[in-house]
Amino acid sequence: MTGSENGPAVEVTDLVKRYPKAPVDSVAGITFGVRRGEVFGFLGPNGAGKTTTIGILTTRIRLTGGQARVAGVDVMSDPVGARRVLGVVPQQNNLDRSLSVRQNLLFHASYHGVPRAVRKARADELLSQFGLDDRPDGRPDDFSGGQIQRMMIARALMHAPAVLFLDEPSTGLDPAARLFMWERVAQLKAEGTTVVITTHDMEEATVLSDRVAIIDHGKLLALDAPAALVRDMAGERTLDCSVDPGRAVDAGAVHRELVKLAAVDRVEDLDDPGVAGWRFRVYVQGETAPLVAVAAQAIADAGGRLTDVRLGEPTLEDVFIHLTGRSLR
Amino acid sequence: MTTPPDGLAPDPSVPRPRSWGPWQTGLAILRRDLFVTGREFPIFLAQVILQPLFLLFVFGKVLTQLGYARPGYAEVLFPGLVALAAVLTGLQSTALPLVIEFSYSNEIEDRLLAPLPIGGVALEKVVIAALRAAIAAAVMFPIGVWLLGSIPWTAGAAAGVVAMTLIGSLLGASMGLVLGTFVSPNRINVTFALVLTPLLFTGSSQYPWPSLSHIRWFQVVSACNPMTYVSEGLRGLMVPSVPHIQTWICFVAAIGAWLVLTAIGMIGFLRRAQG
Repeated sequence: MTGSENGPAVEVTDLVKRYPKAPVDSVAGITFGVRRGEVFGFLGPNGAGKTTTIGILTTRIRLTGGQARVAGVDVMSDPVGARRVLGVVPQQNNLDRSLSVRQNLLFHASYHGVPRAVRKARADELLSQFGLDDRPDGRPDDFSGGQIQRMMIARALMHAPAVLFLDEPSTGLDPAARLFMWERVAQLKAEGTTVVITTHDMEEATVLSDRVAIIDHGKLLALDAPAALVRDMAGERTLDCSVDPGRAVDAGAVHRELVKLAAVDRVEDLDDPGVAGWRFRVYVQGETAPLVAVAAQAIADAGGRLTDVRLGEPTLEDVFIHLTGRSLR
Repeated sequence: MTTPPDGLAPDPSVPRPRSWGPWQTGLAILRRDLFVTGREFPIFLAQVILQPLFLLFVFGKVLTQLGYARPGYAEVLFPGLVALAAVLTGLQSTALPLVIEFSYSNEIEDRLLAPLPIGGVALEKVVIAALRAAIAAAVMFPIGVWLLGSIPWTAGAAAGVVAMTLIGSLLGASMGLVLGTFVSPNRINVTFALVLTPLLFTGSSQYPWPSLSHIRWFQVVSACNPMTYVSEGLRGLMVPSVPHIQTWICFVAAIGAWLVLTAIGMIGFLRRAQG
């Protein structure tokens, strides 16, 4: 037995996976830890090695090298023990089609040794939490993709795992179902469950994760809070201003006023033939929002009038492109 | 087994018995399969009984009454059809579900993520399939009485008949484990066609094996089909007057074949279950 009360929920050291006959490693030596109670995002394009890493952590794939522990349990030397403490929500529907929704939850809990009375109460509680209590006796085949997703999360929670793995949970979900799933993940975190989530959706990773690991070609490229990853992307903040010329002499006058402002790096005139008036892109050091009022005043001083403004913040996507040289989509 | 560190213990509001181990998990999975089998029992019976029923009716009753088969033929046939029901039901109860669960439905994943060794999941599949097969074989007895008026039976052989039927059921289930894990899903249809029919007709279920001495090649082929030893074993126990392979040889061969096929099937299962 290793780990302590403060030990990480997931601990991965020099993890390597090479599939038989594959020319390269699918996971090429990655090391990271997931803290207890955090939502940890695994971000990478298809084939980056995320699903393989999750497969190893959930004991479904045998590692080639390194070490992986979930809740302190070594997944290679004690896979049965690891399966006790982890829960998995896969990408594809793997519900038991011969059983009703409620029975899916009950039998899953019975595999994990949850006593009968406890599992009945917990199934009812989870069914209602996940909005599945109107048709608990329906078969999985009669439900929508979003409902299937919720059933699989509810099922995984039946044995109260210490770490919950969600593999691309919002793939194929409509916006409402996606939002519902996000809310549930946030609530799980609030209740203290550690959640490891893989995704290739930047927005999802940003909204849900306390920290994000960006991986590509089986290697870990960056690991930090989404905001911190973005903050490190210097010189990418912009303020796009649309200006009604008004009494202003020419665009040059407005341009000169904007450049004078503190925290402004440079100003670019945007040629937009379809739009009446002038447009400028202001490159900003630091936060953009406080600059809006100042810019409006500067434009007014030049005789113009600010009619529209758009803040350009770098996103996780920019970080990703910067790191991998390619877009996710 | 490792216990998780204190702070990471699963939600204490969901208690689990301290003694809970892999065996209990295996039994819980078995309960799920019994539950589903029980609920669909009439459909299950119709599925597994129809083929031996018609074989018994046409070969044992119709052909005998028409005079194309000798009067004693039904007695030779009946033990063979019990063996057939056991082996084929066992095979079909593992092979098809495994192919579907590993490829299309992924249903097996929830079991592979349950706290028991992966081999335990395969073993449970064999056990439930063998139970279904044993039920199918048992149902052949009342059907035999109903169709033929009487079935060959000696009270002293009861224990042996039960034992051999169970071994035949396990044997079929393990054959299915091999088929279901080694054959790729897109070839399962053609494989079933290529395997089932020869299995059905070379397993000495419709003829006593020693009587094949004049068709030597077919006798050799039949000796290679493990079902032959189940058919012959049951025949020797139920109709000792008909020439048959010695009962002890039948037991040794059937058990040996079962062990070998189970070992091969386990390898196939582990390969499919773990990347």
